[in-house]
Amino acid sequence: MAKDSSQAYAEFAKGLWKENPVFVQVLGMCPMLAVTNSAINALAMGGATMFVLLGSSLLISLLRNVIPKQVRISTYIIVIATFVTLADFTLKAFAPALHKELGAFISLIVVNCLILGRQEAFASRNTVGMALADAMGMSAGFLFALFCLGSAREIVGNGSFFGFPLFGPNYEPWVIMVLPPGGFIMLGLILLLFGAIKQARAKRPSETARKAA
Amino acid sequence: MIGREPGLILEAAPFLRRELTTSKLMRDVLLGLAPVVLAAVWYFGVSAILVIAAATAGAMGTEWLFPPYGKRGHSLKDGSAALTGVLLGLTLPPGLPLWMAVVGGLVGMGLGKLVWGGLGHNLFNPALVGRAFLQAAFPTALTTWAPYGGIGQFFQVRGATLAAPFMHMDVDAVSSATPLALMKFSGESTPFQNLLFGSTGGSLGETSALILIFAGLWLGLRRTYDWRIPVAILASTAAFAGILYLVSPSAYPPPHFMILSGGLLLGAVFMATDPVTSPLSPRGAWIFGAGIGFLVVLIRVFGGFPEGVMYSILLMNAATPLIDKAVQPRVFGRPRREKS
Amino acid sequence: MSRPVPKQADVSLVKMVLTLTLAGLLSGLALAAVYEATLPRIKENQRRALRRAVFEVVPGAADMKRMVVSNDRLTEAPEESEEAGIYAATNESGEIIGYAIPGRGIGFQDFIDLLFGYDPKSGNLTGMQILESRETPGLGDKIFKDADFVAEFRELAAKPEVVLVPNGTGAAPNEVDAITGATISSRAVVKIINEASREWLPLIEGG
Repeated sequence: MAKDSSQAYAEFAKGLWKENPVFVQVLGMCPMLAVTNSAINALAMGGATMFVLLGSSLLISLLRNVIPKQVRISTYIIVIATFVTLADFTLKAFAPALHKELGAFISLIVVNCLILGRQEAFASRNTVGMALADAMGMSAGFLFALFCLGSAREIVGNGSFFGFPLFGPNYEPWVIMVLPPGGFIMLGLILLLFGAIKQARAKRPSETARKAA
Repeated sequence: MIGREPGLILEAAPFLRRELTTSKLMRDVLLGLAPVVLAAVWYFGVSAILVIAAATAGAMGTEWLFPPYGKRGHSLKDGSAALTGVLLGLTLPPGLPLWMAVVGGLVGMGLGKLVWGGLGHNLFNPALVGRAFLQAAFPTALTTWAPYGGIGQFFQVRGATLAAPFMHMDVDAVSSATPLALMKFSGESTPFQNLLFGSTGGSLGETSALILIFAGLWLGLRRTYDWRIPVAILASTAAFAGILYLVSPSAYPPPHFMILSGGLLLGAVFMATDPVTSPLSPRGAWIFGAGIGFLVVLIRVFGGFPEGVMYSILLMNAATPLIDKAVQPRVFGRPRREKS
Repeated sequence: MSRPVPKQADVSLVKMVLTLTLAGLLSGLALAAVYEATLPRIKENQRRALRRAVFEVVPGAADMKRMVVSNDRLTEAPEESEEAGIYAATNESGEIIGYAIPGRGIGFQDFIDLLFGYDPKSGNLTGMQILESRETPGLGDKIFKDADFVAEFRELAAKPEVVLVPNGTGAAPNEVDAITGATISSRAVVKIINEASREWLPLIEGG
């Protein structure tokens, strides 16, 4: 049992950093670039993706021995599309303003390769608990990345964070950052930053090893 | 004194050298730019100097901070960073906040050149990348044109030049419209001599057509750049605009207005001719220039923006590798048509 | 960690078809249930947003009716009609005090959807609201963020047509000051209003 929980934790934690869907696997770029022009939009998209990923991972892990291999992808897509549409209706009914902002990108969660990827690579071969831990970790990592990009773009491009102005009325917003090209530029800068952090981290152990030797 | 070594040189290619180096080329272009800068200073006073200096500082500072190769500061010596900065400065409106000019230099150099690997590796003209970024980031500031004034107003700082970093400054001063905006939005045309001498609103370096023509001729005669590119740009602009003008003189501006107004001459002489981002072969240069001229008229007449030189050049920059591939000269000694 | 995958030979065509059918069926059931459950709320949200917009552009309105054209006359729309129409705004005593007319046209980047109010008695526009637009933030989006520009459309003569003039020069009752630096978006708004006016005003006045 202890071994199980530590393994579940490992499956969860890998999605946050070591195999982060955005910073490492560079998956799910469409929503990543499209709806991250503010922190709140990023959180909403991250939340919706998390709901879909958790739901479909649960179901597919449960059904992993029932689904014939030849039609597995079609079945996964049906399951995923169902959850996406559920999220779509729910947002439309309870958060119309947010739904208007996210627009078509809610429906496009269906084609987020992160979700199908996790079903094919993980949920269809692991127990329910592990699949949920993995889905949780991956979607949390995705949400974290969306949130980083969304906050950075909103702060620079609009001078605000969650809608609260940060720099006073005279701040000149960098409009490009809330436009599509700003998404690419900011994503590039953030990948650069995380790459640098990873490199620095990778260097450290070898240095200590050298000192020890 | 007898047995002097015979002049036998054991060396690898190239054997034939021209006394032209990158830094010499850059110096030539900078020299050609001098009168353009002076004209900018004449019309827009101390603000012109400040904006151009800020853009140059941004570009050179970025190249210094992130050297593409070798020791820090070494790559500054070829002068290309300084040239990018000055060119960028000349495309900016007078009265632009200085911090924006610095940002433009930084982005132009960083995203336009250094991430590609430094001089010679970039796909797009770095100065125009910086300009395009600024245009998208600060659309209001980049379309606010401080009015020109004579040398008498030299010390009058125009517009929001001295705005604090990252802040904007509300200035009550009247802003003028560029000849192209006047034409597009109110159907007014600007007198011919104003376009020629530069007493119009506009970017720092684009207003005086006459000086740009002379600078272009001088550089062209010195073979600093491929003369085909500006000639092709002007010819295709004139041809396309001329056809439109013949179709309906009331709806479309005359071709001479198209050529003399806006950034066309500045772009044709100093931006499109950048040897790194334009095609190598003569045939490619003709295609490249003709494409720019066509796009300029297309954007100006049918697009949303009044001016389209920057986007036209950037678009044709992107097409340059394709053009180079399509019109590759025949390899010496090979048959004309070879199936590969 | 992973279990052995069932052998492919075991899977018959029937089972495959059955699996997909079942998945589709269950998915359809779930969707239908949630659709039914959320539909009233979604409809209510849309209705409320529309009411708010109509009341905004026709000041003093207390209720509204959807009007469509039939036999060249404006008549109240049947409940489920889908054809293009306008909204008649009524005051507390049920009199029609104005019309809210939707318009759509191309802006600087994408379509602009707007709604504007018209008072047939005075022949004036009574207000304008942008419903949907993707104009440049900080520039073109001033068509709804700039309160001065939006205010231009109150008490604005609709005839012969709305005219856009450079900022600060508007004097005549049918002139609108353009937003400095966002001429294209301002012009798009005026053009959309004029086009919709040409279509609907004769109908309003005719009946």
